[in-house]
Amino acid sequence: MNRIRQIIEAKGKEILNVYFTAGYPTLDSIVPIIKSLEDSGADIIELGMPYSDPLADGVTIQQSSEQALANGLNLKNLFESIAEARKTCTIPIIMMGYFNQLLQYGIEDFLKLAHHNGVDGMIIPDLPMEIYKRDYQALFAQYNIGMSFLITPMTSDDRIHLADDLSDAFIYMVSQSSITGKKGDISNQQRKYFERINNMKLKSPILIGFGIHDNATYRTACNYSHGAIIGSAFIRALKDSKDVTSITKSFVSDIRG
Amino acid sequence: MNYKYHPTIDGFYGDFGGAYVPEMLHSNVAKLRDVYEQIMDEPEFKKEFDELLRDYVGRPSPLYLAKKLSASHGCNIYLKREDLNHTGAHKINNTIGQILLAKRLNKKRIIAETGAGQHGVATATVCALMGLECIVYMGAVDIKRQAPNVARMRMLGATVVPAESGSKTLKDATNEAIRDWINNAEDTHYIIGSAIGPHPYPDMVTKFQSVISEEIQSQLQEKTGKDHPDYVVACVGGGSNAAGAFYHFLHDDRVQLILAEAAGKGIDSGESAATSILGTKGIIHGCMTLLMQTDDGQIVEPYSLSAGLDYPGIGPMHAHLITSGRAKVHAATDDEAMNAVISLSKDEGIIPALETAHALAILERIDFNKNDNVVICLSGRGDKDLNTFIDYIGQN
Ligand SMILES: Cc1ncc(COP(=O)(O)O)c(C=O)c1O
Repeated sequence: MNRIRQIIEAKGKEILNVYFTAGYPTLDSIVPIIKSLEDSGADIIELGMPYSDPLADGVTIQQSSEQALANGLNLKNLFESIAEARKTCTIPIIMMGYFNQLLQYGIEDFLKLAHHNGVDGMIIPDLPMEIYKRDYQALFAQYNIGMSFLITPMTSDDRIHLADDLSDAFIYMVSQSSITGKKGDISNQQRKYFERINNMKLKSPILIGFGIHDNATYRTACNYSHGAIIGSAFIRALKDSKDVTSITKSFVSDIRG
Repeated sequence: MNYKYHPTIDGFYGDFGGAYVPEMLHSNVAKLRDVYEQIMDEPEFKKEFDELLRDYVGRPSPLYLAKKLSASHGCNIYLKREDLNHTGAHKINNTIGQILLAKRLNKKRIIAETGAGQHGVATATVCALMGLECIVYMGAVDIKRQAPNVARMRMLGATVVPAESGSKTLKDATNEAIRDWINNAEDTHYIIGSAIGPHPYPDMVTKFQSVISEEIQSQLQEKTGKDHPDYVVACVGGGSNAAGAFYHFLHDDRVQLILAEAAGKGIDSGESAATSILGTKGIIHGCMTLLMQTDDGQIVEPYSLSAGLDYPGIGPMHAHLITSGRAKVHAATDDEAMNAVISLSKDEGIIPALETAHALAILERIDFNKNDNVVICLSGRGDKDLNTFIDYIGQN
């Protein structure tokens, strides 16, 4: 079984998966943020590979990606940072990126390197499940990189079952039909959607993401799933910070409440 | 006959095409894919589409034998006058089709991206016609250089939203439109303005634009006694006017297909939009195609003086036509395009759009025979570029 899934199932609830854009706010902040997230008790790290054209992302992640690229982040120094963090950290690391980034590197070369440097999983929002299944599933399995596919309120039951079959880490339940970074409370309509998915009794664990930004929304997400993914809110907290270690600690403790 | 230049059921043209969209867009794109051909084939739909093209757009557009241009290139050059369409370019052929489709899908809100503003104007126009809300995303840089079209869109009742990310041009406007569609997937139809994007857009846009080559066939028959030219030449941004001008000749080997890309300040200058020449295989805006990118797969910001060609990718059908050798590409610089604008204005009394001028500028790279019939898709008129022309002529 994939290590991410093992950890989610062992704990069973209140999983906190924190996203940040690699290379933001500075190039050398990757390793300290990873360490600090682990020390603060986050369960999973989702490391965003900054992309020039992140279609599914709101303005916060867009700007952090632009900044990270301007800081000089590339795949080479990103993997070096992951390797460095892995010398001391055991927390599961997922890489999140757009399919073109893997394509250019070469899918197998990328997976080999990811595996070699201690990456446990990937999220690729614009890789369609059908193409993954036909062309790449075997390769991801060979390098033990666990995939997590997205479902949304508009995803059909058939596709939800496909996501359940193909996701060997967890199902990424997108909380609403939107790009990342929405603020505000969780509506009744969203709760009904969470319940509907719960009632499907899927075999994969579920984490809820998009719009989870504080203790209240995190708690609500945890009530309906194995836990939550927080991204834009953490990026906003990191903005202009000099001391990423202490910001990370206080952010995680505020979220956990 | 093997239609090897038409897409497969999944929207692939050879290695290119497909629908690489985030799950948030999957249901919208899949719905379109499942219904677009059926809707387009309904007799009622065809009737409405044809009537609007005739009575509202002013089709058929003339096919004009340009005598001085022909003499200077030593062949017969016909201009397919898409510049005479209502709103001044080919773009309206597609927006008429897509607005009729949007109505049948019960969509209440229309979004579009635009570069030169021609597609934005064409979308705002059909939204005014049908009484639908219209939001147009346009790069902040393009809002400046195509000010007359921004004013037109606003007069037509559209909201123009500046795209402030990246290079602030067409690519970024397209990103913003896609994000809007993700946020408003249920009530909104996205009218893409070129033969780009996830399947079924490239095929759908191509089919709506294919009225261009359909008319060329019958007009040439009448004028020359032949139903096909020896060459069709068109400029390519995303590739919609080229796709429309090529469509009925794709599988006719007697017809050479020529694409004109924007070399900007020169192909190797670092400021270029010669996408197929500088590009490699990858994904942009939901389709596999040729695009300008770094080794790390970051999309490179293109440059062209012409806002409509300032795009780092190319439609997937064109990527297939080019890599399979069916179509040839030439690139024209800003200066060459400007010279072509000036010549056509003086020699033929027609001021072409700066985009279109790239198709005229590359003619000198081709060895025509004396009896060759050459059709150039005169995709749009130059009114919108007047500020650019004035600045350029002032500086040179
Ligand atoms: C007059 C004109 N021609 C050509 C183009 C390029 O688009 P396409 O390649 O889709 O025809 C544009 C785009 O704005 C345009 O306005």
